[in-house]
Amino acid sequence: MRYLPLTNTDRADMLAVIGAAGIDDLFTDVPVSARLSTPVDLPFHAGELAVERALGALAGENRAAGAGPFFCGAGAYRHHVPASVDHLIQRSEFLTSYTPYQPEIAQGTLQTLFEFQTQVAALTGLPVANASMYDGSTACAEAVMMAARVTRRKKAVLSGGLHPHYVEATYTLAHSAGVDTRRLAAAIDAEAAVIEAIDADTACVVVQTPNVFGTVTDVTAVAAAAHAAGALLVVVTTEAVSFGLLKSPGEMGADIAVAEGQSIGNGLNFGGPYVGLFACREALTRQMPGRLCGETVDAEGRRGFVLTLSTREQHIRRDKATSNICTNSGLCALAFTIHMSLLGGVGLTTLAEHNHARARALRAALATVRGMDVLTPRFFNEIAVRLPKSATQVVDALAGRNILAGVSFARLDPGAGMDDVLILCATETTTDEDIAALIDALEMEFGA
Amino acid sequence: MTILAVGRPTRSDPDMKSAGTTRSGGALMQDEPLIFELDCWEKTGVDFPRDDFGPDLDASDLAGLTRASPLRLPGLSEPEAVRHYVRLSQKNHAIDLALYPLGSCTMKHNPRLDEKLARLPGFIDLHPLQPMSTVQGALKVMDALAHWLTTLTGMPAVALSPKAGAHGELCGLHTIRAAHEARGDARKTVLAPTSAHGTNPATAALAGYQVVEIGQTADGHVDIADLAAKLGPDVAAVMVTNPNTCGLFEREIIEIARLTHAAGAYFYCDGANFNAIVGRVRPGDLGVDAMHINLHKTFSTPHGGGGPGAGPVVLSASLAPYAPTPWVVHQGGRLALLEHAVGEATASHGRMSAFHGQMGMYVRALAYMMSHGADGLRQVAEDAVLNANYIKARLSGVMSAAFPDGPCMHEALFDDTWLEGTDITTLDFAKAMIDVGFHPMTMYFPLVVHGAMLIEPTETESRRELDRFCDALLELAAAAKAGDVDRFKGAPFHAPLRRLDETLAARRPKLVWTSGD
Repeated sequence: MRYLPLTNTDRADMLAVIGAAGIDDLFTDVPVSARLSTPVDLPFHAGELAVERALGALAGENRAAGAGPFFCGAGAYRHHVPASVDHLIQRSEFLTSYTPYQPEIAQGTLQTLFEFQTQVAALTGLPVANASMYDGSTACAEAVMMAARVTRRKKAVLSGGLHPHYVEATYTLAHSAGVDTRRLAAAIDAEAAVIEAIDADTACVVVQTPNVFGTVTDVTAVAAAAHAAGALLVVVTTEAVSFGLLKSPGEMGADIAVAEGQSIGNGLNFGGPYVGLFACREALTRQMPGRLCGETVDAEGRRGFVLTLSTREQHIRRDKATSNICTNSGLCALAFTIHMSLLGGVGLTTLAEHNHARARALRAALATVRGMDVLTPRFFNEIAVRLPKSATQVVDALAGRNILAGVSFARLDPGAGMDDVLILCATETTTDEDIAALIDALEMEFGA
Repeated sequence: MTILAVGRPTRSDPDMKSAGTTRSGGALMQDEPLIFELDCWEKTGVDFPRDDFGPDLDASDLAGLTRASPLRLPGLSEPEAVRHYVRLSQKNHAIDLALYPLGSCTMKHNPRLDEKLARLPGFIDLHPLQPMSTVQGALKVMDALAHWLTTLTGMPAVALSPKAGAHGELCGLHTIRAAHEARGDARKTVLAPTSAHGTNPATAALAGYQVVEIGQTADGHVDIADLAAKLGPDVAAVMVTNPNTCGLFEREIIEIARLTHAAGAYFYCDGANFNAIVGRVRPGDLGVDAMHINLHKTFSTPHGGGGPGAGPVVLSASLAPYAPTPWVVHQGGRLALLEHAVGEATASHGRMSAFHGQMGMYVRALAYMMSHGADGLRQVAEDAVLNANYIKARLSGVMSAAFPDGPCMHEALFDDTWLEGTDITTLDFAKAMIDVGFHPMTMYFPLVVHGAMLIEPTETESRRELDRFCDALLELAAAAKAGDVDRFKGAPFHAPLRRLDETLAARRPKLVWTSGD
């Protein structure tokens, strides 16, 4: 076994040192009835070649995003990641280290977390950020529960533009914690409608921009209405590249900003692992969930970094903790940090402009297809369209022509009565040829 | 901060000697400023030739919606970025460098094959919402992983989607809550031992339960009498870690399950330590109703400096209908994901997160399992337990084992009675380990053992490395007993930094760099 260094001689010698006659002597606490005398019914060990063949074959049964025209977004985005990012995160010292509990020998991880927090704060336009969450959807749920703690209120209003998976995850996590989540009807241009739903019991309103239909909204008025009622504004962003171009949540009055950071530094990975971004106003710092990295000095007065404010956390506060979160998404946060460090503000803004330009090209092309309506009034890199038939059928039909045409809204929310709505995304990876192939296939599909 | 100025030299600061530092091994080690101190505000390390994207960078249609001021973040050229992050990496300890004996964390070798396979375009470049017909291989990975996990645990079902151990605990308790509520039996309490990991009570509270602690016997096991006394019609679940946080197998586990079920409650097992028994014991044979498995522990997906992890939850037949969506189903020879609480999934308690969980971790864990096989995984448990008992045997002559009688499982637990009278604490001893080349063990956990030192070597250490580790600790312990207090009180001396002022960090939190720094 290539991963097990002990030889049978080692084992025998070590058992002798322990004073045990055999390995079974070390398992005597296991009830006799539960001891397996033989291996379970699974294949025996395999060499690298065999494992690589088997899993390589499974990988080959998937149609990779890059293997043809591709327009899927809706919470996960295909972007080009510089080669150096993946190389650096595979450094042993990053890949195979633990949570930095011993700061003297974990400054590499800690300093990058401090850089990450500073980048997230700048992107979201808020003064503090944590060291990451599992993903955007769980960050959203944690933001709602945090708002309930801060306001001591128990109601959250979720916009009809919030990604349906975020709605479900937030409902699932917040419901058992006693928070009543009310989601407004799904709508293309939904963020203004939440104002009417705010009342004196509202802990927070959750709005997404660009929303799940791609609609970009200035939510400043929502912030004002929330604050007037004593509620907090949580702004959700699933496409982090949009921070390069659009007004930041902080600029629009958000108290808490959460985002999916996958777009920067991380691959699609069929949905995970991703990295949740979480930032807030300074006054709320001690109510934040998750790890926080802070600056301090060592015994010789030199600057260093540590995990801090841990009295919020489960290992100290146990059932009084702000969250049960333990690990964060360290390596994905590192990939984010490195990619963001390569881009810089200048590069992210240029990347965002290119994304918008590709989406404009896509929109212009879609507008030429008869029978199809473009629904999204203001977009960054995603556009919702109404098709003359079921979007799921169209997506399946085009997949048969090796075109991944986007995400049917019914896949996300089958009960919304929007079966004919398709969400398409264009990024810097989308070529003119991809768009032409899509338009040809759609025209054939609609018999134009 | 003058000492971290740009253009800093290697460590030759004369003040360090006057501060009593006996630093060595610092040659060629660079201090490294923050990226914000490199004067890289105006550039970028990513090229965007206009020809690649077309000329249209007009965002006038977004008037009023764009940033009021430019985004101010530094951009590093590739050589600068590579150097920055490689230098930072050198300030980390890692399992690839030496034994990393963090108890309950399971720092074992991470096979590089698993990294290679997870990066195949068919896995890493796959969108979660592509049509099912285009992701059959990914669904087969999920189906195969589920088969391995359910077979190894002897449980009929598994919820794959939780993203970490604590997320899995929450998933388990939500599932239990849904099962109780389906019977109109709203219960309010969860019982957990005082030795439990902090996530257990934190999770129970997050799931809306009150937590009642159950006691522990002098020999490190759940106090059955106390458990029986606290069980009642209001108890929804009993959460027990097995093997427990003292590194011991709960001998009365079957009785714990029986008592729990007799009270109408569900038995949640924290599977953080499943690596000690994989292939030798199936939790399903013990009466477990739900157990999360940390793929980043037992099945060796990399810890990555604190995630990402993955925490699938195996479920008994009575809990399976309440599992969160999505899950994989077979539909006429094809695989599909059930993504909504309709049809077969009507009773599902909800959704733990967007999409389908940690696919990147699934591939790595499955590669690990296939590499080891049924025989190798059994050997994993045996070697992990053997290594821990070997350390316990070698150190027990000098250090005081918390539970000296009988074997331990995958980790050896010591208390601090052996340090009495030395003026050296567990923390001092652990920090001195850094100076002799090893990461400290888990300290002061579990809380039930005074000055706890919890050592988990894992199965991927050679005898030679185990002996190097034991020799180093015995030498340190002898120095402690000989009264060499200075070696411990100021430790570490040879790390990139000396002890950090954590009180200062918490009193005046500085969580981001600001331009006035």
